[in-house]
This record gives sequence, structure tokens and C-alpha cells, in this order.
Amino acid sequence: MSQKIKKHHEPLIHIVKRDDLLGWQAWGIRLAAIAVGVLLIGVISSLLTGENFFKVYDIMFSGVFGRIFEGKTSMLWKYLQDTAILLCLGLAVAPAFKMKFWNCGAEGQALVGGLAAMFCMITFGGKISEFLLVPIVIAASILAGAIWGVIPAIFKAKWNTNETLFTLMMNYMATQLIAYYVYIVGGGSNVITPVSTGALPVIGNLQYLLNVLIVAALTVAMYVFLRYSKQGYEIAVVGESQNTARYIGINVKKVFLRTMMLSGAVCGVAGMLLVAGTDHSINTNTVGGQGFTAIMVAWLGKFNPFVMALMSGLIIFLRTGAAKVADSNFLNSSFADISVGIVILLLVGCEFFVQYSVRLRRAKKEVEA
Amino acid sequence: MKKLISLLLVAMMLFTMAACGANNAKDELKVGFIFLHDEQSTYDKNFIDAAIAACEKMDVTMVQKTQIPESNKCYDAAVELIESDGCDIIFADSFGHENFLIKAAKEYPDVEFCHATGTQAHTADLANFHNAFAHIYQGRYMAGVVAGMKLNEMIANKEITAEEAKMGYVGAFTFAEVMSGYTSFYLGAKSVCPSVTMDVKFTGSWYDEQKEKEAAQALISGGCVLISQHADSMGAPTACETAKVPNVSYNGSTVAACPETFLISSRINWAPYFEYMITQVQNDAAIAADWAGTLENGAVALTELGKNVAEGTAEKLEEVEKGLKDGTINVFDTANFTVGGKKIDSYMADVDTDAKFEKDTEVVTNGIFEESKYRSAPYFDAEIDGITLLDRNYG
Repeated sequence: MSQKIKKHHEPLIHIVKRDDLLGWQAWGIRLAAIAVGVLLIGVISSLLTGENFFKVYDIMFSGVFGRIFEGKTSMLWKYLQDTAILLCLGLAVAPAFKMKFWNCGAEGQALVGGLAAMFCMITFGGKISEFLLVPIVIAASILAGAIWGVIPAIFKAKWNTNETLFTLMMNYMATQLIAYYVYIVGGGSNVITPVSTGALPVIGNLQYLLNVLIVAALTVAMYVFLRYSKQGYEIAVVGESQNTARYIGINVKKVFLRTMMLSGAVCGVAGMLLVAGTDHSINTNTVGGQGFTAIMVAWLGKFNPFVMALMSGLIIFLRTGAAKVADSNFLNSSFADISVGIVILLLVGCEFFVQYSVRLRRAKKEVEA
Repeated sequence: MKKLISLLLVAMMLFTMAACGANNAKDELKVGFIFLHDEQSTYDKNFIDAAIAACEKMDVTMVQKTQIPESNKCYDAAVELIESDGCDIIFADSFGHENFLIKAAKEYPDVEFCHATGTQAHTADLANFHNAFAHIYQGRYMAGVVAGMKLNEMIANKEITAEEAKMGYVGAFTFAEVMSGYTSFYLGAKSVCPSVTMDVKFTGSWYDEQKEKEAAQALISGGCVLISQHADSMGAPTACETAKVPNVSYNGSTVAACPETFLISSRINWAPYFEYMITQVQNDAAIAADWAGTLENGAVALTELGKNVAEGTAEKLEEVEKGLKDGTINVFDTANFTVGGKKIDSYMADVDTDAKFEKDTEVVTNGIFEESKYRSAPYFDAEIDGITLLDRNYG
């Protein structure tokens, strides 16, 4: 037999599964993705507007924080408020998504929470003392959110319905309920005049401080719950594999019900913060689609509440900043969504590089027998 | 690669420095505008175009914030425009902005707040909060005359009989603003085509292209031979163009997209109001609590006529405009319509905004229903004979 030298055909790029990536390296990749995204936003804006590259970031910053260096903090508070609301919704959906229950109903759960708050504020306002009314408002919105959240879970547990479609449909129902309520209360004007009875108290002159503090406390609580509690661990196991969970004696249906009740309850808190803590009024647009953005927050934050806080901060910064760039240059307002989209796309895309490494072909010849 | 990047960075820095030199800090009036949507909505576009034109003409700086919902975000936007951008006047364009604008107005007494379509300025007791609207029913009436002329032409051409002269109207909500609008449109048509009737459908949204299109199609298949609308998308006009049914538009001309069927469009031109509020602030003069634009001051505007209007429309329109201006024609003259078969001689309207929604003001004097007199926003909400509401939608 003669030996022959065979040229082994090797592709130019190799994709190799990583198994040795350290946590900080993974976050390095993600940070790089954010940096590229932010850079891209700058380039695209300056191309579209003719504004120079660095000015774009100046406009973005001032659009988010205003004249903060001159001691004017109102914009900073607005930023914290927006971040807190988005984070609150993210915290709500995180446990559900962690157990792979696709709760696309945060929007509706927050809306009914807000509706319950509004209903109590209007119905009982002036009739019972404020000390009693505020706890009632809070309890009612949490309860309403929990009920709205648990309904799809009951159907999933009993009849294995598709929770994605179910929760989405519940959103429409919530919207219609509010439209109807606004019609009843608002009469021909279609607007509910803000009511102050039953509203959350304001700490000092800072109207958003209490909202921010409540969400901060929730963030810590959710972290402890997911990380250290037995129930939190069960969520993780169910999310990994329902069969494993069953095998080790976890009642999967019970976990579904309990977790969705929690998810809905936290959404209810978000609705309450918006209605009793901020607007003192409600309309179908009160949550404004943030229930869906919250899903991104939960995934991007890897269900770690503290990372999710950073992600909400990032998304709100990009959205507010890009909206300012669009407004000050008379660009279409979709520019803000596009900007957030670019960064999120890169963030999601970069997970590929966290999971795999790309190696270039090395020139070598192999001897084959 | 590194070299390329550093070269790029240097180039950018040089560019930045050059651009920064051109920054001038002129101490001029700044006007902040809060818009519900952006220029994609015909409603907001009408405001945005007028704001750009007025600020350019008056040589003041315009700052805008688009996509501001009717929530505390409107208050936030106002605070940002004042504190961050240094605006001296804040204007908001949507009805639901009002309460949140009032909240900001209370906190910033030195800033003037102007609000379109609102109802509370005359009772809010705030020196720096103002409402504005226009006697747009006059414009609708004139557009109705154009529609009536077109119907007459169709009857004369034997395309339809006099009894078949039925118009369709796509409205957003069953509110006074819409009801006042379609009633004046109908009365305009009726003034030249006495046999006309009208069907109305409501979409429950100010902007829903699909619903508006479907409503227009439903009206057309229900026998309507001419369509008009009070909603902000291109839904109804494009449905008309496809079905070859004449259309009277709103908020501005739709002739570009609908060249065959476009007849005319009425709109409120907000530039006169913007110029007025800027002038008042420049002169340290007070802005009226309620301002209602008219044909005279140019706030009630009509577009050019489409190519397929009936013969003699332009002349007739001129005559009607003259009549409206000199007061010989009153749109809501109670002699021209009946409610439940009877002529009305008294009408109580809910003019003051409060939680009770009481009919609080008598608005008929000497046989004329005086629209937009006791406040700028419309309050005509009677359901007159000849108009059929196929559905209702209060949102």
C-alpha cells in the first residue's frame, strides 16, 4: 500500500463551542456589543441629521438628564421613574420566564392593577379616611394583577392551553375593560380627570421618590426570592426541565399557579405605581407597551434583578436620548425605537460569541494512512 | 486597523471643534410644543406644519416633543421643555393632555401654557393657562356645500335619484367635537341638496387606518355615494379612491393619494393662533383664556378644490364664505334642522367641565345655536333628523 498525502479540506472559519468562558469575559463581550450599538446610533444619527458625531451624544445626554450639572434634577428623577416602572414590569415577568412560562400579559396585568387602583380611588375617595384608602388601593391592585396573571396559569395547568396566546388575549380584555371604565367615569370626554384621593403620598417635594424606592425594595426582594428561597429554586428547576422537576417531587402545576400569581401581583404593583403613584388617572395607554419591553429586560438581565436594573436604565437612556435626537432634528419618532432595537439586536446577537468562539483556519497538512 | 481607528477619531475631533464654534447663544423667545404623535398622523402634522411656519415667521426658536401620551408624561415633557430647554411658552395638542398641562401650569406661573381643544381654561382660574380651538364647523359647512353640489350633479346626471343622495361619515368617537363636525357638514350639504341624508359610523379611535377603511367600505356598500371623515388616518380617503366614491377630507389635502375622488378638505390652520400667542408674550400682553379661530383670521381653512367637483362649486363657495363672514348664514340656525321632528328653541349644553357632566349653559339665542361661544371647544351634541348613527363609540 502506498502512502498518499491528502490535503484535508478545512473551512476558513471554525465555530467552536466555548466551555471555559469566565463570567467577566462574557460580560466583556456584552459590553462590547452595547458599545458597538451606541457607536452605531451615533454614526446613523449624524448621517441622518448632519449633526456631528459627538454632538449626537451631547444631545442624547441632555435629553435624558437635562441641565443636571446646573443642579436641575427634575430630568434625573424622570429618568429614575421611567427606569423604575420598566424594571418593575421586568421583575414581574422574570420568574415566569425563568420557569419558561411565556407571560406576554404583563401589559394587561399592570393595566388591571391600575384599573383596580383607579376604581378604589374614585369609588371610595372622600368616603373613607386616606389612611385606610391607600392600603386598600395597594391591596386591590396587587390582587387584581394576581388574578389576571393566574387565570392563564390555571388554564395551562388544567388543560395545557398555550399561555402565550392566552396572556396576549388577556391584554386585549384588560384594554377594553379600561376603555369601558373610562367611558363610564369620563362621560363624553373620554378622559378621567386626575383624582388625588387614595393616591400614594409624596415624600418631600420629590413626586417620584416613593415609586423609585418601592421598586428598589422589590428588586432586592426578587433577587433574594429567586436566588435563596425554596420557591425560587423550584422555578429554576421547572424552567430547566419539567420532567426533572416532577421526578424530584416538585408539583409543576402548583409552581405554575404560584409563580404566575406572583408575576401578576408585581405587574399589579407597576399598575398601581402608574395610577396611584404617578398619573392619578388611567387610560388604555397608561402602561404604553412597556409590558412587552419588560420581557427584553428580563431576558437581557438573565433574570438577575440587579442586572435587569442596569438593562432598564440602558433601554430608557437610549429611548429617551434617541427621542431627543429625533425631536431636535425633526426626525420621525420611530428613530428612538430603531436605536433601542439596534442595541438589543446586538446584545442578543452577541450571545453567539458568548457561546461559541470563532477560529480562523490554520494552514496545516495532515498525513492520512 | 488601530491606525485607521485613530485616524478616524482625530478626524471626528477636528470636525467637532469646527462645529462647536458656530454655537450662538441668542436670548430669544423659545416655544415648546408637545405633540401626541408625530408627523405620520394627519392631526399632529397639521399642528407641526403650523408650528414650524409660525416660529419661522415670528423668528422664535421651536422645540418639539413628539409621541407624548395623555399621562403624567405630558407633565414631564412640559417640565423638560421649561427646565432643560428654557421655553417661555408651552403648547400641547391633544385633549387628554389638558389635566397634566394644568398641573405644570400651577408649578410654573411664569410660563404660558396653551392647549388646543381643551375645555377647562375658562373655569380653571389660572392666569397662565389657555385653551384654543376654531369655529371649524364653518369650514365643515363649506365642505358640506361642495359635497351637496356634487350630489346635485350626480342627480342631474341620473347616476342616482334624489332619494339616493345618501352620504357616509366616518367619525372617531361619539363626542361633541365629532358630532358638531358631522352635523355642520350635513347642514352644508343640505343647504344645496335638500333631499340628502347621512349615515355615520364610529371607529373608537382617532387614528386607526384599518378601522377607518373598513368603516368607509361598510358605508359605501350600505349605499352611501359620498364619504367624509373625522379621524386622522388615510383609511377613509384611500377606501374612497379604490371604490371611486367622492371624498371630502379633513386635516389637509389628500389629493396626492386620491386624485380622482378628492373634492375638498377643511382644516384648522393653527399658525394664526401660534402667532397670536407668541405676539402676546413678546408684548407682555395677556393671552385670552379661550381663543376660537375663524374664517376671518385664517384659522378655519379650506384646501384647493379637487378636479372632479361639480361645475360652479368655486363660485358657490365664495358666496357661502361671504355669507358666513357677514353673518347672513348661520351654520346652526335652528330654522334649518329638527331634532325628533321638532324645531328646537332652547338647548342646554355641558360647557363647564366638572365631574357631574351637567348640562349647565343655555346656548340658543334668537334661534341660533351659538357654537364655540361659551368656550372654544365645540359642544353641539344634538342628534338631528336626517342623520342616522349606525353605531356609537365613546372610547
